[in-house]
Amino acid sequence: MAVKLPIYMDYHATTPVDPRVLEAMLPYFTQNFGNAASRNHSFGWTAEEGVENARAQIASLVGASPKEIIFTSGATESNNLAIKGVAEMYREKGNHIITQVTEHKAVLDTCKRLEKAGCEVTYLPVEKDGRINLDDLRRAITPKTILISIMYANNEIGVVQPIAEIGKIAKEKGIFFHVDGVQAVGKIPVDVQKDNIDLLSISAHKLYGPKGVGALYVRRRNPRVQLAAIIDGGGHERGMRSGTLNVTGIVGFGKACELCQNEMAEESARLSRLRDRLKANFFGKLDEIFVNGSLSERLPHNLNISFAYVEGESLLMGINDVAVSSGSACTSATLEPSYVLKALGVGEDLAHTSIRFGLGRFTTQEEVDYVADRVIETVVRLRELSPLYEMAKEGVDISKMQWSASAGAEH
Amino acid sequence: MAYSDKVVDHYNNPRNVGSLDKNDPNVGTGLVGAPECGDVMKLQMKVNPQTQVIEEAKFKTFGCGSAIASSSLATEWVKGKTVEEALAIKNTEIVKELSLPPVKIHCSVLAEDAIKAALNDWKKKQASDAAAQPAAAAQQ
Repeated sequence: MAVKLPIYMDYHATTPVDPRVLEAMLPYFTQNFGNAASRNHSFGWTAEEGVENARAQIASLVGASPKEIIFTSGATESNNLAIKGVAEMYREKGNHIITQVTEHKAVLDTCKRLEKAGCEVTYLPVEKDGRINLDDLRRAITPKTILISIMYANNEIGVVQPIAEIGKIAKEKGIFFHVDGVQAVGKIPVDVQKDNIDLLSISAHKLYGPKGVGALYVRRRNPRVQLAAIIDGGGHERGMRSGTLNVTGIVGFGKACELCQNEMAEESARLSRLRDRLKANFFGKLDEIFVNGSLSERLPHNLNISFAYVEGESLLMGINDVAVSSGSACTSATLEPSYVLKALGVGEDLAHTSIRFGLGRFTTQEEVDYVADRVIETVVRLRELSPLYEMAKEGVDISKMQWSASAGAEH
Repeated sequence: MAYSDKVVDHYNNPRNVGSLDKNDPNVGTGLVGAPECGDVMKLQMKVNPQTQVIEEAKFKTFGCGSAIASSSLATEWVKGKTVEEALAIKNTEIVKELSLPPVKIHCSVLAEDAIKAALNDWKKKQASDAAAQPAAAAQQ
């Protein structure tokens, strides 16, 4: 079976809408197009029904009650709402937030803004495997801590944090626990009760739903979490998020969650096998390559590898019929290498050589084998072009060299 | 970000990849950049000491497509030029030829640095050889 090009292997960035999700959404564009907040006619009631159905589907996937699901424009908004909403509502209680250095920018930049506004934020470091140290967390807690925010799984390296343990600590200390669940929900089991999660951000387009819609789970019991809204208006979503609901997006979101719940176990097993096959293909043919982050505490469909002596963007250019992403500075809009890899202690030179592979529902074994072959042949070709590979083969210790940006290097 | 056709061409068909003997007295070697920055270029040139014409050039680069293209182009341009002509090559000419976007201009700067580094190395070697010769002649 020939592979269809180009191949998409960047499922952490986004996912295609599942055809079944699209089918569920379509009637809500032109037939059931009512505003879900129109209380007085059938157009509104039908839309509302679609929304409430979806709310239940999403709640079921994460072990929550439908009343605890608030719809937003996406997980970035959910992260903003959770963190800013708690900080403002509980400012009399305290002003200290604990998070960690490999969080998504939607969390980190929100925390930075709160710092400017007078909050204190502790950014916990991570160990080489990408996970936080629970003792570091315990030591960071103060009487003024009002929120702990730790992502379930990282978008670059796929590493899964010890969420249940963190939730237990937070509950003991009476501190709210927010989890950015974007990469984990729908892929691995997430249960807000078992994991003692109080706030959970979810994104539709990461689990085969449409872009532009997400949700925030907000706990109502044991304990009840209140939030100050960040968008004011008609008081929708129990006053927590004003604005006409994106009915079509929400219906799609719900359907996507239902599919994940039904198919997750089988799908994650299949993807884990494919991911391991991809990894075995690389390690079988190439030397000087390294997996970034823990292999055991990791999403089943993620692989992040540094291919030493080959710069990431040039590697991507060589596999231009394959869509993956890189931690190289050259691929970022700001020319900074990946801060996540930096936090792991991966040297900047190796950060520039990193590639992230994200497998997904529509990835086939043929695609995995094709991608492995293309990457391997490109790495081999680019190593022939690489002065660093040449030096390494000659036995030069590159780490001992003094580099200068011009006029030549001293040995 | 779409690459210009010329960058893609140099990437797929790089000119003059390889190494010259750095111990050859007529070879100048320039090694610029840093792995932490994601850009390292090694440029070598063989210069005819009588005519000062660059007869051979080879490069190896660790870096993005634009960096590879810039250094590949550099080897193309210096061949057949005199040392002084090659030293006059400006990064802006590389930017224009490859249609580099603003975010990739630094790649062309590094290529210009590499040319200068290689030729400076060659000049240093010539100077120390010249210093050695009168002493050798005196001994005869």
